[in-house]
Amino acid sequence: MNMIVCAKQVVDVSEIKIDPNTGKPLLSGVPQKISDIDKNAMEEAIKIKEKHGGKITVLTVGPSDAKERIKELLAMGADEGILISAPENSDYHVISSLLAAAIKKIGEYDLILCGEASIDLFSGQIGPRIAGLLGIPQMTYAQKITVEKNKVVAERNVGDKVVTVESTFPVVITVTKEINEPRLPSLMQILASSNKPIHEWNVESLIDDELNPCVETVDIKGVSMERKNIIYQDDIDDAVKKLVDSLAKEGLLR
Amino acid sequence: MVLVYSDNKKLGFELLNKGRELADMLNKTLVSVIIGKDDEKDAEEYIYHGVDKVYIAETEHQEFKVEEYTEILINVIQENNCEVVLIGSNKSGKELAPRLAAKLKTGCITDSTNIYLQGNILFAERVVYSGNAVAVEQFNSKPQIITIPPRVFDPLPADEKRHGDIVKKKFDVKKSSSKILDVQEMRSEGVNVEDAEIIVSCGRGFRKKEDIKLVEELAEVLKGKTVGCSRPIAADLKWLSEDHWIGLSGHKVKPKLYIACGISGQIQHIAGMRDSGTVVAINKDPEALIFKSADYGIVGDLYEVLPKLTNAIKEKMK
Ligand SMILES: Cc1cc2nc3c(=O)[nH]c(=O)nc-3n(C[C@H](O)[C@H](O)[C@H](O)COP(=O)(O)OP(=O)(O)OC[C@H]3O[C@@H](n4cnc5c(N)ncnc54)[C@H](O)[C@@H]3O)c2cc1C
Ligand SMILES: Nc1ncnc2c1ncn2[C@@H]1O[C@H](COP(=O)(O)O)[C@@H](O)[C@H]1O
Repeated sequence: MNMIVCAKQVVDVSEIKIDPNTGKPLLSGVPQKISDIDKNAMEEAIKIKEKHGGKITVLTVGPSDAKERIKELLAMGADEGILISAPENSDYHVISSLLAAAIKKIGEYDLILCGEASIDLFSGQIGPRIAGLLGIPQMTYAQKITVEKNKVVAERNVGDKVVTVESTFPVVITVTKEINEPRLPSLMQILASSNKPIHEWNVESLIDDELNPCVETVDIKGVSMERKNIIYQDDIDDAVKKLVDSLAKEGLLR
Repeated sequence: MVLVYSDNKKLGFELLNKGRELADMLNKTLVSVIIGKDDEKDAEEYIYHGVDKVYIAETEHQEFKVEEYTEILINVIQENNCEVVLIGSNKSGKELAPRLAAKLKTGCITDSTNIYLQGNILFAERVVYSGNAVAVEQFNSKPQIITIPPRVFDPLPADEKRHGDIVKKKFDVKKSSSKILDVQEMRSEGVNVEDAEIIVSCGRGFRKKEDIKLVEELAEVLKGKTVGCSRPIAADLKWLSEDHWIGLSGHKVKPKLYIACGISGQIQHIAGMRDSGTVVAINKDPEALIFKSADYGIVGDLYEVLPKLTNAIKEKMK
């Protein structure tokens, strides 16, 4: 079983500070991490490998420091990593074209695993785009995966229904956060991972034509979330009374 | 032309409102597609809600199949030279739109909550960074594909005097190699947090499932009677069904009043309720993040606060 896990380096959204003057988010200097659900994709790949054998390749389009993130996934259990240097201007069209080209270059693949969405932008575009570009089936929002010899069965959470789907290989699967609990690598694994290869590929080695974004972000606006922040700390009875009076005054208790 | 598609009729009608506006401004025809059963009644309803031309694309599958549906839409888009494509952002729409965009080598903006034309340029806004910011985006390619979540637009009132064309067509598309084995309705308690005016929500601060009756009782005395919850309550503990789940990966809500009990206020939870009118938080930890997102807060043990609050509100509302 040849598996490719697509993993993205993202800013830790809980660490984003807001510029008090402009109200815009301050993105530089925010700690980076692997998008949470990609670790679930990684964990699932490891479980499949434990049962059926095979190889796990981590694929990332990102800046050079994303190498550190790939190392974390190698420590978890991936066999090798590929980092594609991110073009200065990119969008989902650009990123997915690079990932699909890299997957073609890898050549042998049965399962391509992605997160249902990345935690910073939460778009869920990359998985379906890769499947479309490669012309293969996709199974999104998988909350359970069962691999058999020549096929894979996924339970998909589509909101109001659970749809069980079967596909042959190759196939793109995007997983939910609920599918598993990603393991924490041991110190031994972390040390051993430094011997695993991380290849760096550039854009030119993957795509001949010019690759231009189809969507451009023209502005990132802040959102004001002005709240009254009236917090009652001391006597509970007193606090409850004051709260109820305030809610009544706001006309919320009718 | 402008194309609107959703496999959910209600969501489709909401999108038609925006679709109609864009089509009028661009001086284009508004097209829609019904995939699946041949139902002219449905097609007429689309016309009453603003469409000029409805395709009924017959398929063998009643169940949504993304690989085939994508091919059908490509046919309609190319046949009509569509430059704007609006797709309903439920789960099927969200997996359809990017596959479609990839096949057409074009841009796609998901979960847009604001769409407008300036001159002839289309802008779409979407919430990013778990609600910390709004990105304003613009296309450099066509067709311009945008997905729109439920309840962003209200459907136009039906006008039974409207006329339009109905085109029935069977598109010859490649069969998907994937197979649907089973479809199971998910356990649901029939709540609709998205439409609720008042929501009382519970989180990990509750020690056991039975204790959730404390929020139910409070919800009961408040008009609205809706109970929400954080992710762990629905996803991990499964004390409540997923239709109660609020947040980034759950439901987005905007009630007049949101009461968060025993919820820490992590950004992914806030992402689902930040548009609420008044927010009240009850948490025993004075440092809990939720207080930063609250108008009113009580620092205290929810097991003491909730029964008192329920009683006090009951008294007040008498
Ligand atoms: C990709 C991703 C998507 C996610 N999507 C969502 C989502 O959609 N919705 C969501 O909610 N979360 C989501 N999360 C999870 C989120 O990050 C938090 O883990 C989650 O919201 C925490 O739930 P909680 O507040 O109920 O629990 P906790 O964080 O454990 O908080 C419990 C709170 O209860 C308080 N408490 C304990 N006992 C008492 C008591 N007796 N009285 C009063 N207060 C008490 C504690 O002080 C604490 O603040 C997501 C995370 C990821 C990574
Ligand atoms: N730059 C990237 N490199 C590798 N994989 C990515 C990248 N961006 C997104 N992905 C994958 O696509 C999934 C969905 O991301 P998104 O479309 O950004 O919501 C992620 O969970 C990853 O598995």
